[in-house]
Amino acid sequence: MPAVQETIDQVRLIDVDQYKYGFETEVEMEKSPKGLSEDVIRFISAKKGEPEWMLQWRLDAYKRWQTMQEPNWARVSYDKIDYNEIYYYAAPKNNPAPKSLDEVDPEILRTYEKLGIPLREQEILAGVEPERRVAVDAVFDSVSVATTFKEELKKAGVIFMPISEAIREYPDLVKQYLGTVVPVTDNFFATLNSAVFTDGSFVYVPPGVRCPMELSTYFRINEKNTGQFERTLIIADKGSYVSYLEGCTAPKRDENQLHAAVVELIALDDAEIKYSTVQNWYPGDAQGKGGIYNFVTKRGDCRGKNSVITWTQVETGSAITWKYPSCILRGDNSRGEFYSIAVSNGMQQVDSGTKMIHLGKNTTSRIISKGIAAGRSENTYRGLVSAHRKATGARNFTNCDSLLIGNECGAHTVPYIESKNATAVFEHEATTSKISEDQMFYCQQRGLSDEEATALIVNGFVKDVLQQLPMEFAVEAQKLISISLEGSVG
Amino acid sequence: MAAITLMKTPAETALVQAFEAAKATLPGDVESRAQAFETFNRNGLPHRRVEEFKYTDLRALVREAAPFAAKPSLDEAKRALLDAKSFAGVDAVRIPFVNGHLVDSAIAFDGLPEGIDVVPLASALASGHEWLSRLSPVDWASKNPVYQLNSAFMADGVMIRVVGEVTTPIHLQFVTSSTTPVATATRVLVVVEPEASVTLVESHESTNGAAHQPNDVVELIAADGAHVRHVRLNAEGDQAIALSTFAVKLGAEASLNTINVAVGSSVFRHQVFGVFSGENTTAQINGASMLKDRQHGDTTLIIEHAAPHCESRELFKTVIDGEATGVFQGKIIVPPHAQKTDGRMMSAALLLSEGGAMNNKPELEIFADDVQCAHGATCGQLDDDLLFYLMARGLPKPEAESLLVQAFLGEAIEFVENDSLREALIASVEAWLRARG
Repeated sequence: MPAVQETIDQVRLIDVDQYKYGFETEVEMEKSPKGLSEDVIRFISAKKGEPEWMLQWRLDAYKRWQTMQEPNWARVSYDKIDYNEIYYYAAPKNNPAPKSLDEVDPEILRTYEKLGIPLREQEILAGVEPERRVAVDAVFDSVSVATTFKEELKKAGVIFMPISEAIREYPDLVKQYLGTVVPVTDNFFATLNSAVFTDGSFVYVPPGVRCPMELSTYFRINEKNTGQFERTLIIADKGSYVSYLEGCTAPKRDENQLHAAVVELIALDDAEIKYSTVQNWYPGDAQGKGGIYNFVTKRGDCRGKNSVITWTQVETGSAITWKYPSCILRGDNSRGEFYSIAVSNGMQQVDSGTKMIHLGKNTTSRIISKGIAAGRSENTYRGLVSAHRKATGARNFTNCDSLLIGNECGAHTVPYIESKNATAVFEHEATTSKISEDQMFYCQQRGLSDEEATALIVNGFVKDVLQQLPMEFAVEAQKLISISLEGSVG
Repeated sequence: MAAITLMKTPAETALVQAFEAAKATLPGDVESRAQAFETFNRNGLPHRRVEEFKYTDLRALVREAAPFAAKPSLDEAKRALLDAKSFAGVDAVRIPFVNGHLVDSAIAFDGLPEGIDVVPLASALASGHEWLSRLSPVDWASKNPVYQLNSAFMADGVMIRVVGEVTTPIHLQFVTSSTTPVATATRVLVVVEPEASVTLVESHESTNGAAHQPNDVVELIAADGAHVRHVRLNAEGDQAIALSTFAVKLGAEASLNTINVAVGSSVFRHQVFGVFSGENTTAQINGASMLKDRQHGDTTLIIEHAAPHCESRELFKTVIDGEATGVFQGKIIVPPHAQKTDGRMMSAALLLSEGGAMNNKPELEIFADDVQCAHGATCGQLDDDLLFYLMARGLPKPEAESLLVQAFLGEAIEFVENDSLREALIASVEAWLRARG
């Protein structure tokens, strides 16, 4: 069945030539020398005022990276990247480490205003306590320019700051957790990131604390010929809860820019982390010229008992996406969830999915992925669900729908399902009723067909998560959610 | 980084030597054999770094290459055929092979039922028979390393042409009787002409448990309006490493109903390559594998819907006991012009023991926007509720388990229309369950 007209219209609205965030900000920038060498790494490390151990860590990663080969198994094709043609560090020249918003270049503040990101705490209307507030860490090329609500979060015991600051102020915490989920040698891009990462967020939520507000980071690539290599580390200590959002945009350019991030999440006993992404990097033009290469390693470690990690992603941008937010379900009874909506248009290539690695007893995971391919794009879901010998009682439900609009695009599904434990129950789109028989029954009783009920429940669930996004990020996401997947294939 | 040259394993070296020694004596054109062998010579046996062999690392699984079997004497062949049990009760035209060589004296070429023509492959290769041009109808197979090995080594086989409606099944009976491990490479081509119909039966068995290494290929061309039913039974000995390929090209308005039932071998890899080349064709492709001890069973499937308005259904069931490993890799490909394709692929695995493992990889590759394609994969153990229900009605646990396993596999087997064939397959399931104890 072909896609319904309504869907076609809605996807059209987010086509590559409709990209709204493609403007450029004129700021004088300070850059590292072009290319990658030990000196550049020393330069970055010195700029960040890092301790010796951190520099050594970077240099080790660099040495390792030189022996590695770029992966080519993903279903994407692009011209070879010249890693010596990239600037690995770019920061606004005037005061790269502002102490308050007043010191930030007004041009940059205007950029965030234009993007709809609130950086001023005082902008909240006097006397009116808003329902939900969001603390924002704004990363501009290689540096964090502002982090809001830091003080208030500190009162609750939550540490929320740029990672470069955390390396200086909380070296022990960083040392204890950095690289424990995504090892330095994990893969080509993660190793590169370990060598040259510039900024990103560090979050630590102490035991028993429910983070009083949403945390978010807004990544902006602005400078030409640069790559952005951010590193995010989130630790939810025993019994804590945190919801973190990430947004990204970049100017329209004819060149391709590399974005190779590493995100590590660690959830200890009974902790919960919700990580949401609205990825809207510049996707290139309709002919496929320009756009961001988004090669990202994101992984969460449910290290403690009863811990929960939820990934939600809305992917509309990037020329090429290579991204598999994963969960290592180590703790007994831990839970991993992955909700993804990936829309590709123009000449975009998406190869995305997740890994759910069941190691602990009674671990559960759920994967809901929707891919929509239009134009001449390629949209691939690639996912792994595995249960190890000791993962008794592991449970997974996977549902991945794809929808094609037009016959010049492609939608592919490459799931890997590996079970080494007889008591593990894995279902890959086996039966819709398994979503929740009670909910299905309830809907059907009220006259909804099987399909309508499934759609309602799945949409309801994803919506539930996405409604947690602040409005600034959610406009696009909400629009996407309403896209009907009628006519989709397996 | 410098390119890495892999050391050849003993098995690979032995195969290279075997090819050098045998190529002059093998029937037919040496050049095309050498071409097929070239890729193997370069890459060796496929291993886990080759995506299609990710779960079945032949370089690790095939430690030694067995020597290729010589043609058995007539007496030996007759004895072997007397010992062969598979589908013995089914009334069929038998085309027997012993140790990978056609037993032509056992075939009454003149007395074949109307509509069937049989040409021995060895002599056809030697004389350059006109049907040879129809070999290798499916590109997906031609690119496959296991198939290429068969192309290099194929020593014997048959070419069968079917015209009109043939009611008696044709039984391709492969028996290995050598007491020492041997390798065999057979090739069968079946051409079912327009509007013709036929039932093909394949059985692969050994009169002993030696570690034979068969590599068998059956190719089928079902022309427009042809209807083919195909049943394959792998009852190889417990030590065998069995590689097999079923490549099929379907014309317009044709239909195919095929099943592969596997109860034997220590390692098997069964590959199905199907191409729909005409409109309004349907295919039901099933499989039922029973694995125990340390067996490794791999079913790999590529279905290309190269024409619009076709329907395919794939249903694969795997039962895993002991420390066995099951593999299912399936891929449905829908090119841009194949609108209105309806493809559904399902793989279900049942793990009966703690040590078993199952790897599923059901893929879709879709370029057309007006299609219905779905895939499903499940993996789990027997439902406790169902077991309890049966035990509450007085069945002892082993019996209750057997009944549930039978029902599970039965879903795939029940598509076999021919009663005696279906019963023979069910009997092999029952025998497997009895041996499990």
